[in-house]
Amino acid sequence: MPVIAAIDWGLVLDQTIQAGLGVDAVVFALAAIGLNVHFGYSGLLNFGQVGFMAMGAYGVGLGITLWNLNPYLSLLVGVGFAIVLALLLGVPTLRLRADYLAIVTIAAAEIIRIIARSTAMRPITRGAEGLNEFAGDFYALNPFNPSISYGIGPLQYRGNFFFIILVGWIITLLTVLFVWQLMRSPWGRVVKAIREDEDAARALGKNAYWYKMQALIIGGVIGGVAGMVQVIAKATVQPDTFVPPITFFIWTVLILGGVGKTFSPVVGSIIFWGLLAFTENMIRQLVFEGFIPSTIMDANQVGQVRFMLVGIGLAMLMIFRPQGIFGSREEMALDDR
Amino acid sequence: MTAGRFPTPTLGRSVGVALLVLMTLLGLAAPALAQEGEAVTTTLTYRDPETNDRVPVSNVTISVSTEDGEVLGEGVTDEDGSILVPVEGAGRYVLTLDPDTLPEGVSLTDPDRTTATVEAEVGQTVRAIFGLTFGEGGPAREGITLRQVLQLTVEGLKLGLFLGMAAIGLSLIFGTTGLVNFAHGEMVTWGMLTAYFFNFFGLAGAFGFLAGLPPPLGGGVNLIIAALFAVVIGAGTGWLVDAWIFAPLRRRGTSLISQLVITIGLSILLRYIFLYIFGGNNRFFRDYTAQTAMKIGLVEITPKDLITAIISILVLVAVGVLLQGTKLGKAMRAVADNRDLAESSGIDVQRVIRLVWTFGGALAGLGGVFIGLSEQVSWLIGFRILLLIFAGVVLGGLGTAYGALVGSLLVGIGIQVSTLFIPIELKNVGALAVLALVLVIRPQGILGRAERVG
Repeated sequence: MPVIAAIDWGLVLDQTIQAGLGVDAVVFALAAIGLNVHFGYSGLLNFGQVGFMAMGAYGVGLGITLWNLNPYLSLLVGVGFAIVLALLLGVPTLRLRADYLAIVTIAAAEIIRIIARSTAMRPITRGAEGLNEFAGDFYALNPFNPSISYGIGPLQYRGNFFFIILVGWIITLLTVLFVWQLMRSPWGRVVKAIREDEDAARALGKNAYWYKMQALIIGGVIGGVAGMVQVIAKATVQPDTFVPPITFFIWTVLILGGVGKTFSPVVGSIIFWGLLAFTENMIRQLVFEGFIPSTIMDANQVGQVRFMLVGIGLAMLMIFRPQGIFGSREEMALDDR
Repeated sequence: MTAGRFPTPTLGRSVGVALLVLMTLLGLAAPALAQEGEAVTTTLTYRDPETNDRVPVSNVTISVSTEDGEVLGEGVTDEDGSILVPVEGAGRYVLTLDPDTLPEGVSLTDPDRTTATVEAEVGQTVRAIFGLTFGEGGPAREGITLRQVLQLTVEGLKLGLFLGMAAIGLSLIFGTTGLVNFAHGEMVTWGMLTAYFFNFFGLAGAFGFLAGLPPPLGGGVNLIIAALFAVVIGAGTGWLVDAWIFAPLRRRGTSLISQLVITIGLSILLRYIFLYIFGGNNRFFRDYTAQTAMKIGLVEITPKDLITAIISILVLVAVGVLLQGTKLGKAMRAVADNRDLAESSGIDVQRVIRLVWTFGGALAGLGGVFIGLSEQVSWLIGFRILLLIFAGVVLGGLGTAYGALVGSLLVGIGIQVSTLFIPIELKNVGALAVLALVLVIRPQGILGRAERVG
């Protein structure tokens, strides 16, 4: 088969591994851990996780560019922004049925993006251009030499990137530990009880509304941290990186790994980005080498295939294996309330 | 349909060429002007919000200076809106537009950007771009007039009617099954794109060898016939989506939340299939695109908008009659009201749900055609209006047909009239903020009943 011979499998594999452990994988792992706190443990249908990411991102960006804070304080601003969003979303919707939260969160995420990129907000957010001069303060903390590549085997990243990815994975692992402990605690048991049967939890004297609000805040802050890691790695806060499909990517990551399991978002993210990079690079090479004629697919369309794969992957997972790779069916036996 | 992109070998190429020519004419392709030495040029046009044509702006004073502020020349734009000022040598030049010389009603899109800096290379003419807007664009807005309010109300009514067509289906599907269908926006896009397809290629024109056949087989059919096809296909799609995907899921007992996530997966899949096949550019239908507005009283409206609005009203009245008067309509309302009770009184619930999907698909398809006619044909329209549909449905009361209509009309009018007070780019934000507010004050919506929520 000439097709097989022409594809540079080594390159495809390198790209796959790099993507599977790269910045996107870190960011989506974190965001999916946050979503897991929402959906997996508390049954909250949050379809605006990207909104929390945007809040974290703009918090850290504005902290430095607008208020001239030091890097650590501006990270706190990002956390604060995410908490504010959680409160704004939670107050109207957490007393209602789950699908209302879904509609409001997806709307809120779009509101944030549209406002952030609007001309009226240009003096603060720099509009569609985005915030740019803020990441330097973080890279100043980088102990690695930016002009040297670090890593093992195919995993080679430049110093700055290596720094962000390393810090990102450390944060991710700490977050996993935190969520693991949290869900073993009495608090976690109450939240899970509310997920299973809100009325029963209320009958036992638990304030379901307030517990759900806390869960929304915790998951939202983790989402905000994901946004911070992303914008520091990319050194720019662009409003149009926070579009709704990102939320659906995060959902796919979560469901792929398995809902309601502590470590599954991390594995889900690594597999998700590995798979995407693998298929995309393979298709790109097939197009480039002319095995797929350009009348069927051109270079622009390769990127669109990614979204189709995510869409069909999400639907198929939900139909055929809603518990994902590691989840158990009981954790997914959610119904609306 | 072939697996390729929308434009087929012959027709597709001619469409492409036509677009290129059009773009060149509009000055978007920035043709290199034959000119000795260096020069800077710009062409001032604005897009007429009604006809969507580019209108040149003449007699506007433009001055050209070096970066240090040394003025090299000044002139006014000609009848094509163009001005060309020769400069000496390569380098950076600053064009300054005098906003006071702009004609009445035309303003800079960004009022602060009266200058444009360009870099001229040796022997080349370099083009600068000024963004101009007609009408409500700039903030320099005089007081609110009755005419404006009426005009925007009519436009809002039109938008609300189109949204309502999609919203009724969404709301009835929710009412009968409890499912929030996030892929409903894609059903709207689907109607728009199938109509576009038939409008340009006819029934069989996609197959290259059939393109030469006379209409309606090849060569495209009139938009009215194409719209009918689109509605039929929309209905068929609704039927199939329920028969193939959601009816089996209901039989398996898949939870509603899982079904909701599945609709999201479907919506992404469909949206990017549309992008893949149709491409990212906005396009127009072949018929009835450029129309001049008629004046009715204080309000201006194009004939196509008037007619589509009237058809929408007729269709919605027909839906009302169907729901209120016929046995099927009663069954639909009964299932939406209380599924178990309906089932136990002998109504075939699954059949009713199937028909709700079918009607929902047809209405969404028709709404899509009208939106495409009123605005543009685009792959992304479904997602853009999905949140507005949600806003309308929640405002009116999730699960009720009339509530969805009332809510959509209010959302449509609200969005358009709000542009009197807030920038146009933020107009949808207002609608979404209202959505959140409704949930605080009256979560069951205007026409909903309290026990639906909770």
